[in-house]
Amino acid sequence: MLTQSSTPTPAPQRVPLVEMRNINVSFGGVRAVRDVTIDLYAGEVVGLVGGNGAGKSTLMRTLSGARPPDSGQIFVNGQAVTIGNPRDAKALGIETIYQTLALADNLDAPANVFLGREVTGGATLDDSAMESATRKVIGRLNPNFKNFKTPVLRLSGGQRQAVAIARAIEFNARALIMDEPTAALGPAETAQVHALVKQLKSEGIGIFLVSHDIHDVFDLSERISVMYHGRLVGTVKKEDVTVDEILGMIILGKPPTKLTSEELSQLHG
Amino acid sequence: MGVSVPTETVPESGTQSRIGAVRAPLTNALRLLEVDTRLLGMLGALLIIWFGFNILSGGTFLSPRNLWNLSVQSASIGIMATGMVLIIVSRNIDLSVGSMLGFLGYTMAMIQAVWIPNDLGFGHEQPLTWIITLILGIALGALVGGLQGFVVAYGGVPSFIVTLGGLLVWRGLIFRYAQGQTIAPMESTFQMLGGGTVGTRVGALGEWPSWTLGIVLCVAIVFLQITSRRRRRKYGFPVRPLWAEGLVGAVSSAAVLGVVWVANSYPLPVNVAIQYAEEHGIPVPVGGLFIPTGIAFPVVIMLIVTLVVTFLATRRRFGRYVYAIGGNPDAAALAGINVRRTIMLTFALMGSLAAISAAVQTARLNAAVTNLGVQNELDVISAAVIGGTSFSGGIGTVPGAILGAVVMQSLRSGMVLLLVDSPTQDIVVGVVLVVAVGLDTFVRRGVR
Repeated sequence: MLTQSSTPTPAPQRVPLVEMRNINVSFGGVRAVRDVTIDLYAGEVVGLVGGNGAGKSTLMRTLSGARPPDSGQIFVNGQAVTIGNPRDAKALGIETIYQTLALADNLDAPANVFLGREVTGGATLDDSAMESATRKVIGRLNPNFKNFKTPVLRLSGGQRQAVAIARAIEFNARALIMDEPTAALGPAETAQVHALVKQLKSEGIGIFLVSHDIHDVFDLSERISVMYHGRLVGTVKKEDVTVDEILGMIILGKPPTKLTSEELSQLHG
Repeated sequence: MGVSVPTETVPESGTQSRIGAVRAPLTNALRLLEVDTRLLGMLGALLIIWFGFNILSGGTFLSPRNLWNLSVQSASIGIMATGMVLIIVSRNIDLSVGSMLGFLGYTMAMIQAVWIPNDLGFGHEQPLTWIITLILGIALGALVGGLQGFVVAYGGVPSFIVTLGGLLVWRGLIFRYAQGQTIAPMESTFQMLGGGTVGTRVGALGEWPSWTLGIVLCVAIVFLQITSRRRRRKYGFPVRPLWAEGLVGAVSSAAVLGVVWVANSYPLPVNVAIQYAEEHGIPVPVGGLFIPTGIAFPVVIMLIVTLVVTFLATRRRFGRYVYAIGGNPDAAALAGINVRRTIMLTFALMGSLAAISAAVQTARLNAAVTNLGVQNELDVISAAVIGGTSFSGGIGTVPGAILGAVVMQSLRSGMVLLLVDSPTQDIVVGVVLVVAVGLDTFVRRGVR
């Protein structure tokens, strides 16, 4: 499964699609994200891993506009930008698939896909146009999906996931944040998401993949950024490291060069 | 795909229980009709109440006279219930509507009975007084409601607290400034809004305008069906079978025309009819004169309000956002919706609807009294809730709330006919409220 070298590795002189520099976020007295700098190139998947409370989701929330950072800068295509709310992020082509999916359970799939970006014809919502577009985009993800008129509350986990993904890709995203995209899914649906990630990557979309599942990350990412207690331990190319070394970074918070063989062997204890 | 939902195909008969097998064709037909089964259930309950009271009252309940009065009595609560639906759907509550109604009714009475004629010196019975009063009242209502909404949305104070405060403040203001005085009389055109009669002027449409309105509504229903069908066809979506479309159209049209027929079966009071005949030189026949009253103005107002609020709730972004916020406030915010602004607007809308109801009530009473609208908040909330609005948020319909208002008013009116005393009425309405919501919750759980 590690044969994705067909995708060209980004040349270093290219401008990153997204660059986050020296980001800090605090909640009360707790510094959830400390001085983190990471970047993402077009057509690349960067895995963002770390233990519970390492600050991965918080960092991504600053990029999606859900929680503006206390300090730090964000660049999109080299331009400094301010992301004060989710609308700003979307306007920059940064879409997010939240771990909770963030669906309005009482609304149907088209209403959720277009939530906040409704298609209107004249003075009214054009539900038919939205349903038509939703049928197309969800059809790409899950051809068996048929319940376009039922509240998403009544859909299965995989179908709800499809709605959340459809919402992110319907609007020509340039960068995609996927927060634990397969956590609630069965094997078949997980495979679908993997296929989708590869397809989106080939379309030139950059993806931040936040996950607990180290194997997901190894399967899909070009580079892996590891966070530990709010700090960035380091960003490594996948082919330069082993799963054990990544585990060491996650659990001990040390870059591979500083890990002793003793510590590495203890990981398996 | 493990969940069974109404839109999915009916499971194979082999796995069904006997009752399920019998019910399947019916469920299937209802699915094809695409009608709201809950609304249908409520209509059924309403018919049971109506026929029950009719038998108990010896045929008085379903007389045109009683039904006409019932329609007028339901209007004021129904108008406000449409706005309460949106408030409750977005996970808020407005306890202040009764006091707001009193405050706005009192202010509108002052505008037309004191400020315009005396303070501004225009005199009484000016042709524009009624509309100026109404517009100012609605604007003030939006302001008062919007102020409460602002504190809820931007101040972060729970709506229960803000509107509980409003309930005390607006009522207190009336007592402070009215000092127990009743403001009367209302301007005569304004009085028409209440559905009463002034001389030979009647606050109702009359015979032919009522039929015209009925026919216009029927044409609108069919037109909407055709355009929606065309649009779905254009996109290649499944459409209802023609028989189902026809049945829905026919039943809705019959209901509309039935309402008009009942309203036109209610004659003007004898003395009004005779006076009217004298003025218009109509000879009075021996058996007395039958002049149809037609649909009362409060009902026309309720109809317009229902159409407008339904339009806002289902066809505009505003309504979509209200429902999204009710379903999942965090998701709504993450989708970039301006949650605070939307919440504030629902309260402003509620305030202007309270003003419209205040106009209807003061016009009907031909006066503003200090206890105008007392406890109306309870009737309005009950109407919305009986009509299927859920306190957990995100669920509720405007037509349901209107139906809820009619159910509430039918119970009260029926018990009055049966000479049930007021405390017993309250007990019955209270029990019905709890049972209705309990039953609805039970049924909804069963559907999932």
